[in-house]
Amino acid sequence: MLSLYTRRRIINAVGLAISILAMAFGLFWLCWILWTLLEHGLPALAPVVFAQMTPPPGSSGGLLNAIAGSLMMTLVGTLIGTPIGILAGTYLAEFGQRGWLAPITRFINDVLLSAPSIVIGLFVYEVYVVHIKHFSGWAGALALSIIVIPIVIRTTENMLRLVPTTLREAAAALGAPQWKIINFVTLRAARAGIITGVMLAIARISGETAPLLFTALNNQFWNSNMNQPMANLPVVIFQFAMSPYEDWQKLAWAGALLITLSVLTLNILARVLFRQKAASH
Amino acid sequence: MPMFLREASLKRHTVLDLLFRNLTRVSAFGVLILLAAIIGSLLVGSMPAIHTFGFGFLTSSDWDPVNDKFGALIPIVGTLVTSAIALLIAIPVSFGIAIFLTELSPRILRRPLGVAIELLAGIPSIIYGMWGLFVFAPLFADHVEPWLNDHIGTMPYIGPLFSGPPMGIGMLAAGIILAIMVIPFIASVMRDVFEVVPTLLKESAYGLGATTWEVMWKVVLPYTKIGVVGGIMLGLGRALGETMAVTFVIGNSHELSKSLLMPGNSIASALANEFTEAYGELYTSALIELGLILFFITFVVLSLARYMLYKLGQREGQVS
Repeated sequence: MLSLYTRRRIINAVGLAISILAMAFGLFWLCWILWTLLEHGLPALAPVVFAQMTPPPGSSGGLLNAIAGSLMMTLVGTLIGTPIGILAGTYLAEFGQRGWLAPITRFINDVLLSAPSIVIGLFVYEVYVVHIKHFSGWAGALALSIIVIPIVIRTTENMLRLVPTTLREAAAALGAPQWKIINFVTLRAARAGIITGVMLAIARISGETAPLLFTALNNQFWNSNMNQPMANLPVVIFQFAMSPYEDWQKLAWAGALLITLSVLTLNILARVLFRQKAASH
Repeated sequence: MPMFLREASLKRHTVLDLLFRNLTRVSAFGVLILLAAIIGSLLVGSMPAIHTFGFGFLTSSDWDPVNDKFGALIPIVGTLVTSAIALLIAIPVSFGIAIFLTELSPRILRRPLGVAIELLAGIPSIIYGMWGLFVFAPLFADHVEPWLNDHIGTMPYIGPLFSGPPMGIGMLAAGIILAIMVIPFIASVMRDVFEVVPTLLKESAYGLGATTWEVMWKVVLPYTKIGVVGGIMLGLGRALGETMAVTFVIGNSHELSKSLLMPGNSIASALANEFTEAYGELYTSALIELGLILFFITFVVLSLARYMLYKLGQREGQVS
């Protein structure tokens, strides 16, 4: 019969061993997925990928139009979403102490933050694509901007709250009006954090597929007109990976590697940038 | 500065203040309008289907575009089942990861390991889907599913769940991929929540001679219970609405099957696969109604999650 003490020790050891295993389990998938991407993606990542358009089935080509389309829609989506997100986040942090609007907005925003992105695609389809009667790059950018807004609102509010009140009081004591205090003192002090938030938002939307399926759709040819259906990396990957053609699957792996690398780089850059800024203050 | 100039400048600033304040307020209000617009447009879009099928839509397992007969039962069941499998796997693993990150990990490793887990959350879902289809599913079909068939498939009661042709793709595979996707979300919320526990409380327990496991299980977990549940619900919200990862591996068949190894369908993957190819008003409208149902379910789950996390946040405020 084990003594109580030994039994507790054993339970402790087993529990902790399991938690170490759980950690290893999590890292295992990360390494495996990254390894697979490198294994299949690197051989497929030839210069041709950046130089040619997406090919018809069974022949070789590149991803140039998809890369350009993704960049354009991500850029426009970020440009639409960021100002709205920063303004709304400013309201929550600076004017949101009283009244009913701020708490409700905060709550709804937190829910929208993790709402299914495919529903956002459906929404843009219903309010925009149906009316203009064709898929378009603008619709894709709009869907992406709706994903950007909640992320930017959340980080802006959090970062503004970190700015010490004494800073605001000092500016107010010098006679600065409130719009100047917010624009030139608090927002500037929180800049690094807000930029981090925007970068994370860009990272998030550059891999989003579901909202683009019903909005930007795809385009086999070069297109720089945002009013037309637009090729983009995620949807091309989806279409090519599900196809039976080997050339297409190879391109899908190349695209997958590109997206993952850029998303992870953005993620890491955002963290490094934020830490440096935070350390220098 | 002459008096009248100073007054003019003061007035200008008052106007600008008012303008700026209202600009930010309108933007904040925009979030509410966005939510209302999403719900409104989905409702309008699904009206034809709601009129035709009524509440029967929720319980019917028909999906026959040729004869215009639609029911949401199969996608709803698929969504719930895959999410349940995902949580079953993800909850214990995330708990282990959170314990490791808060209590066990050496200080130097704590940050890089935490970042690594968060990077797992940053990988786009389409990558999980591709990896699942090309790498995971073949291995699953060759090595895991035959074993499940032979060993668990023959048991009474739960046997039928695990017997079927080893195809690799199916509900079980989709659930496992979803689990890998939601582990980082749940684990990082759990870690943040565990760090809320006052050190004094933990040290008192250690001082009484409790082991690390006992401190986690009997002090930290009860203290953070509501936040942990909130984190799990957050992961559930993610799993329910996840599209691409599931679409690749669930098999997309509108058939209700007893076995988890058989292909099925989820709301999100039905939308991703069929929406652009849907012909006819009723077909499109039935798909939009599916989207509405999905939005409703995730909205309820995510609201509960946020509510619970707020509750924990409030208590933290009271204690310190």
